[in-house]
Amino acid sequence: MRVTATVNGETHQIDDVWEGESLMYALRERMGLPGSKNACEQGECGSCTVYLDGVPVCSCLVAAGQAHERDIVTVEGLSDTGELHPVQQAYLEQGAVQCGFCTPGLLVATHDLLSRNPHPSDPQIREALAGNLCRCTGYEKILDAVRAAADRMDGGPA
Amino acid sequence: MTSIPLTSPQGAPSDTSSAADGRIGENALRPDGTLKVTGEFAYASDLWMDEMVWGTTVRSPHPHARIVSIDIGPALATPGVYAVLTAEDVPGANAVGLEHEDQPVLAETVVRYKGEPVAIVAADHPEIARQAAKKVVVEYDVLEAVTDARAALDPASVQLRPSGNVVRHLKVRKGEELPTAAVVVSLDFEVGMQDQAFLGPESGLAVPAEDGGVDLYVATQWLHVDQRQVCSALGLPPEKVRLSLSGVGGAFGGREDLSMHVHACLLAMHTNKPVKMVYNREESFYGHVHRHPATMSYEFGAEPDGMLVYGRAEILFDGGAYASSTGAVVGNGGTLGLGPYRFPNVHIDCYGVYTNNPPCGAMRGFGCVQAAFAHEALMDALAERVGVSPAAIRKLNGVREGDVNITGQVIDSAAPCEELVQILLDMPLPAERSGADLLSLPGGVANSTHGEGVVRGVGYALTYKNVGFSEGFDDYSTARVRLQVIGGEAVASVHTAAAEVGQGLITVEQQICRTELGVGRVVVHPKNTQVGSGGSTSASRQTYVTGGAVKAACEAVRARVLAAAAQVCGHTADDLALDGGKVVARSGEVVLDLAELLGDAELFADEGVEETVEWRHRPTEAVDPETGQGNAHVQYAFSAHRAVVDVDVDLGLVKVVALDTAQDVGKAINPDAVLGQIQGGSTQGMGLALMEEIVVKDGHIMNPSFTDYLIPTILDTPPMLIKILEYADPHAPYGVRGVGEPPTISSGPAVAAAIRQATGKALRRVPIRPEHITGT
Repeated sequence: MRVTATVNGETHQIDDVWEGESLMYALRERMGLPGSKNACEQGECGSCTVYLDGVPVCSCLVAAGQAHERDIVTVEGLSDTGELHPVQQAYLEQGAVQCGFCTPGLLVATHDLLSRNPHPSDPQIREALAGNLCRCTGYEKILDAVRAAADRMDGGPA
Repeated sequence: MTSIPLTSPQGAPSDTSSAADGRIGENALRPDGTLKVTGEFAYASDLWMDEMVWGTTVRSPHPHARIVSIDIGPALATPGVYAVLTAEDVPGANAVGLEHEDQPVLAETVVRYKGEPVAIVAADHPEIARQAAKKVVVEYDVLEAVTDARAALDPASVQLRPSGNVVRHLKVRKGEELPTAAVVVSLDFEVGMQDQAFLGPESGLAVPAEDGGVDLYVATQWLHVDQRQVCSALGLPPEKVRLSLSGVGGAFGGREDLSMHVHACLLAMHTNKPVKMVYNREESFYGHVHRHPATMSYEFGAEPDGMLVYGRAEILFDGGAYASSTGAVVGNGGTLGLGPYRFPNVHIDCYGVYTNNPPCGAMRGFGCVQAAFAHEALMDALAERVGVSPAAIRKLNGVREGDVNITGQVIDSAAPCEELVQILLDMPLPAERSGADLLSLPGGVANSTHGEGVVRGVGYALTYKNVGFSEGFDDYSTARVRLQVIGGEAVASVHTAAAEVGQGLITVEQQICRTELGVGRVVVHPKNTQVGSGGSTSASRQTYVTGGAVKAACEAVRARVLAAAAQVCGHTADDLALDGGKVVARSGEVVLDLAELLGDAELFADEGVEETVEWRHRPTEAVDPETGQGNAHVQYAFSAHRAVVDVDVDLGLVKVVALDTAQDVGKAINPDAVLGQIQGGSTQGMGLALMEEIVVKDGHIMNPSFTDYLIPTILDTPPMLIKILEYADPHAPYGVRGVGEPPTISSGPAVAAAIRQATGKALRRVPIRPEHITGT
């Protein structure tokens, strides 16, 4: 099977896609985009979250073939300006990154949350990020980062 | 000297540089942070190389069986398969291990736990490798499995080793043999098997080298102890087995033992191709050791006012099939197992045994976590018996600086037990439940209650932990620091082999260099075996020990620079310091530009000034085998937690409302990173109290997935009030005290205590499950 997809604005074509191949495997091992992480490969941890036609999905649960002729954005494509996106900047500055393995998925989930709800309450943040496991931080600094990113994107104090 | 491979893999570690500010005591940002938020940071599972092939592991389906035969033929005949290897193909000693070399690289005649590696396969695609692995035909003769640690202690049980089933039995005896007390409380407690659940699975890439050796890029906690074992198994000298730390996705103890290290090297050397191995989550549950499950019997005697008279304990750790670090875990359980309290009389027996369960070893808190659930439950029982509060009983009995602990060691730096508890009492409690937000109730998004049947409870815990390796271990680290001119600027570079696993050691290394050498830009070299051992990233020891080594290396560099400066400027070296890229006099006068001084060809060679230092903390000593007495530990770290819970007593669901803590960290080198350790560590402890358990039935893991092994999500984790104390330890560099483990020890017992207070149930087992609360 040949799969053609737009990833981070660029067209990628991969051949000999096997039926069991996940979008996560295709991104990581065949398209040179290892940013989406292989923490559980069971759809439980959210570390491999990417946008598929604008909707966040666990790329480990999407067959590569399902991505044919669709639009994908990964953590590597969150910023196209060469500068960090405000969500990335906030995670960095708030100390929300330790080992960082959960970070790519959390960044995509946070980006999605703030695009739908620019001023989420704490319970709304918790509900939106409930599908992303983090083992290092205890989530407190992730909450700090989401609040800071919301302020920054609103032009308010970061 | 060591050689560099001809080609490095994509994703091989490279220098991390940062010109950001941040001396010790400041919130310097992580130098790898930008790479981690852009997805560019390369973890061990991201390594990639042209012509690489994929390795996979064939594992035993039985907890205990004799291997009758192995037929690799069908697997080897599979198109795309390059190699299928078994124990026969291990060229060196087929025995590895941290404390005892008792674990085969690949099983020979017997498998001792379900999931034990039996064969390995290399193929040009991971799925082909997995399919071929299924075609390795292993005939087993199933043997009786020992899956109960108590039964394993029975001499009549099947003996799994020629030396018997006991890995270690530690006795601690102090004071009278049979003391009596006015008030006696006792209980039994049981702790389930917890998993480290690091998110980055076991991974690495082995690259065969032209010299007949191998270069291994791997996520680990201690490169040099890995190197020792890989060399032994491959039959190669250290100069031919070069390890580099690849990006590590968390560790928490689970990467102290080898996983895919030797397997990937064997396949690489047989195929003469780079071999990548990446476990999936299910395999990860079989691929690393877990926290020892424990059964414990405790008894405390006290005066009528609650002052402790004696402590008795029997602690039994199930070590599983191989020793791993069970001996040291027993050491901690025995020497620290009564908690940070004053006991005139002590009688402890702590055992670690072999069974056919999954091997257990290091996890954050290391032997203290299990014991803390028991001693803290018993302190609460004592408080209730004598009619004082949980806080009061801890303040009354907590150790103080200058006290002699249960192994006869004088606690010779701060021991602020009383203050830690008082801080918690002074912290505000969360607001009473309003009921307005159903999400904040037990059950959360399930909307399982509107507040009916929900009761609140508050619980306290006070615990301590040794920092660094104990019982006479030669615990050191090595640092190489260089000061040179790069692009007209004085730049420091630091090279250690100490593993960065996410905790922020590389940030600390930079902060120390900036502080000691007065420069801005600090380059952190990749961690590898081209510099001496950094010791393990465990036991909360790296900021202390590798921090000490980096500080000492900086001081040696600085002494040379200032001696040279003194020759030039007329000041004595003692009157000079380095600050802001200048040589300055104590008066504050700027004497020389550091870059200009370093550029002076008559004083310094082109490479600048470099020093390598091996640094040790104060020695510890082995404890007496009959009494457990001795100066076993180098430092103690204290923490206390207060948990507030709402419990739905009808459904047995628990919502942790607050998890507040106070901890003495000696000196917060990076206050934000300290908070991050405390928040994350507290959450892991809470996880063990409430939900985390590898369920093992007859030697089989029943829940090897994140679907069935639950770790706390952001919905489960409450806000935390945190108070950090900084009582400098005069024996430690900058006064630091280990930070990472204490919160994991005190948080769980506080949560358990809060649930007991809310429900009135005894709850003598963790994790506390809904049925334990409802009694159904």
